[in-house]
Amino acid sequence: MTTLLKAENISRSFGGLKALSGCNLAVEKGSITGLIGPNGSGKTTLFNVITGYVKPDAGQVTFEGADITGFEPDKVFARGIGRTFQLTRIFARMTVLENMLVAIQHDEGWLRGLARSKSSRAEVDNAMEWLDFVGITRLADLDAGSLSYGQRKLLELAYVLVANPDVILLDEPAGGVNLTLINQIADKIRTLNEQGKTFLIVEHNMEFVMNLCHTVTVMNQGCDLVTGKPADVRSNPLVLDAYLGGGDDDEDEEVEVVAHG
Amino acid sequence: MLEKKNLWWLLGAAALAAFPLIVTNPSDTSIGVFTLLFMACATSWNMFSGYSGYIALGSSVFYGCGAYTMALISIHAHMAAGAAMFWLVPVGGLVAMLVALPFGWIALRVRRHTFVVITIAVFFIFQLAAINFNFTGGTSGLALPFIQWGFSYYNVPFYYVALGLVIFVTFVSAGVRRSRFGLQLLAIRDDEDRALGLGVKVTAVKIAGFTMSAFTIGMAGAVYAMFIGQIYPQFVFDPVFDISVALMAFLGGLGTLAGPLLGALILEASQQYLTVSFSNGSLYLILFGALFLIVIMFMPRGIVVYFKERVKRSAATKVANLAEASGPATISSAGGAPS
Repeated sequence: MTTLLKAENISRSFGGLKALSGCNLAVEKGSITGLIGPNGSGKTTLFNVITGYVKPDAGQVTFEGADITGFEPDKVFARGIGRTFQLTRIFARMTVLENMLVAIQHDEGWLRGLARSKSSRAEVDNAMEWLDFVGITRLADLDAGSLSYGQRKLLELAYVLVANPDVILLDEPAGGVNLTLINQIADKIRTLNEQGKTFLIVEHNMEFVMNLCHTVTVMNQGCDLVTGKPADVRSNPLVLDAYLGGGDDDEDEEVEVVAHG
Repeated sequence: MLEKKNLWWLLGAAALAAFPLIVTNPSDTSIGVFTLLFMACATSWNMFSGYSGYIALGSSVFYGCGAYTMALISIHAHMAAGAAMFWLVPVGGLVAMLVALPFGWIALRVRRHTFVVITIAVFFIFQLAAINFNFTGGTSGLALPFIQWGFSYYNVPFYYVALGLVIFVTFVSAGVRRSRFGLQLLAIRDDEDRALGLGVKVTAVKIAGFTMSAFTIGMAGAVYAMFIGQIYPQFVFDPVFDISVALMAFLGGLGTLAGPLLGALILEASQQYLTVSFSNGSLYLILFGALFLIVIMFMPRGIVVYFKERVKRSAATKVANLAEASGPATISSAGGAPS
């Protein structure tokens, strides 16, 4: 397997706080990579650095061998890196379908978008297909603001997918949604992965990560601690130390970690 | 088949077109011209600020630039006073557009409240410049070539040019609303950072929208200068204009197509009428205050949105009643969530 997305020696401070210090991450093509770590370990900041929302103080981000460090978010997206946010961000006063159509436009210049009226039949069909994939087709004409939290998660996933990115960064896809929907989201991710999509997932739900991911990177205090297979990571003493402040591999304590997330 | 909605638009346009044929009193048709100019400006303003959520309070910069372009070119080119001067209207729009490029480039780097403050600051720069430069005539303003059309006829050409402008702006605004570009403006209004992360080139889209609205406001300013025949910096670069166009859009319904038209029709027509008939320049302010209180209390999203939602709700009630009548099966397909 080849490395699709790589972050090397990323550092970033906010005032006196070192959110990231020399963090490394590699995402293999076609993999589902998990990124876990205690709260405040810098996972979301790393996401922001990769997707261009935050400029790193030092370090390099490469995608398909090309340097994309410090690219604006729209350029990063155009390259084929899509992401969702921890707190879902949708266009609340537009319909669900319109939300989808915004994302579909990334591959054409803004000037062409200016000249063209309406989205083509094919684009609407494509958008509806993805809505169908996540199972919210019948909500297409509703204002996105009237959707429930879980439906918003699905919409956010759908409109990232509609632009056909190569790698999808999911920030806590299972956060705050019920078990049925968590399993549904896991199924969707697995299906897409089989079709060749690469995933990088930040998640506090251990079961979700351990069942789904091929590789897991654990972060602690702004840098990567351990990378390996889920089972190996799970039993690694460094990880247990970081997560639980030195303890045993007890399910109850893991549940507590989830609750805090 | 003509849709019911389009029929309303056609009826409205026909009523506006017929107005000077029915009402021939020059003081009334002059109210008509001012009202149409404000309808064009409020719609232009809404085309950017209403769709993108960037509330600009410096629109009179474009209005003034259009007016001064009309005045300066017609004076210095020694144009014959008459209909040929209407050719300068799009030129006024273009100059306003050129001004909007650097204006937007600077002001659109900041968001929301800071953007509002910067637009006001830029407005004051322009007003002061117009007062202090020589080529603008300073506080004594500029007198345009005097058009010698008959007293009873004078307003009519201006009325139809202004109406043409309103129709043009409405079509552009409708086009923007339905285009992918308009979709991007709406996305910026709802969540700019998210839009950026979905590949929307937000800076380019914002500047494009800003300059487009400047173009049509500049055209209205040019028509105004030609109509009035004499312009002063404090009347073309007027803070009341800045606030008026925004209030008209708010009153009618921000981000809707009919809202700014309706808002301008109500506000400008009543203001002109009250000022003319009671020869009291500030009476309208009291009535405006009362009107706004009523609108904010009972229809905070504007008149158009308020009535649209009433219609929607009554339609939904009808559908619900039908569903109830035909059994519970149809209800389950209308509601429910996967989560």
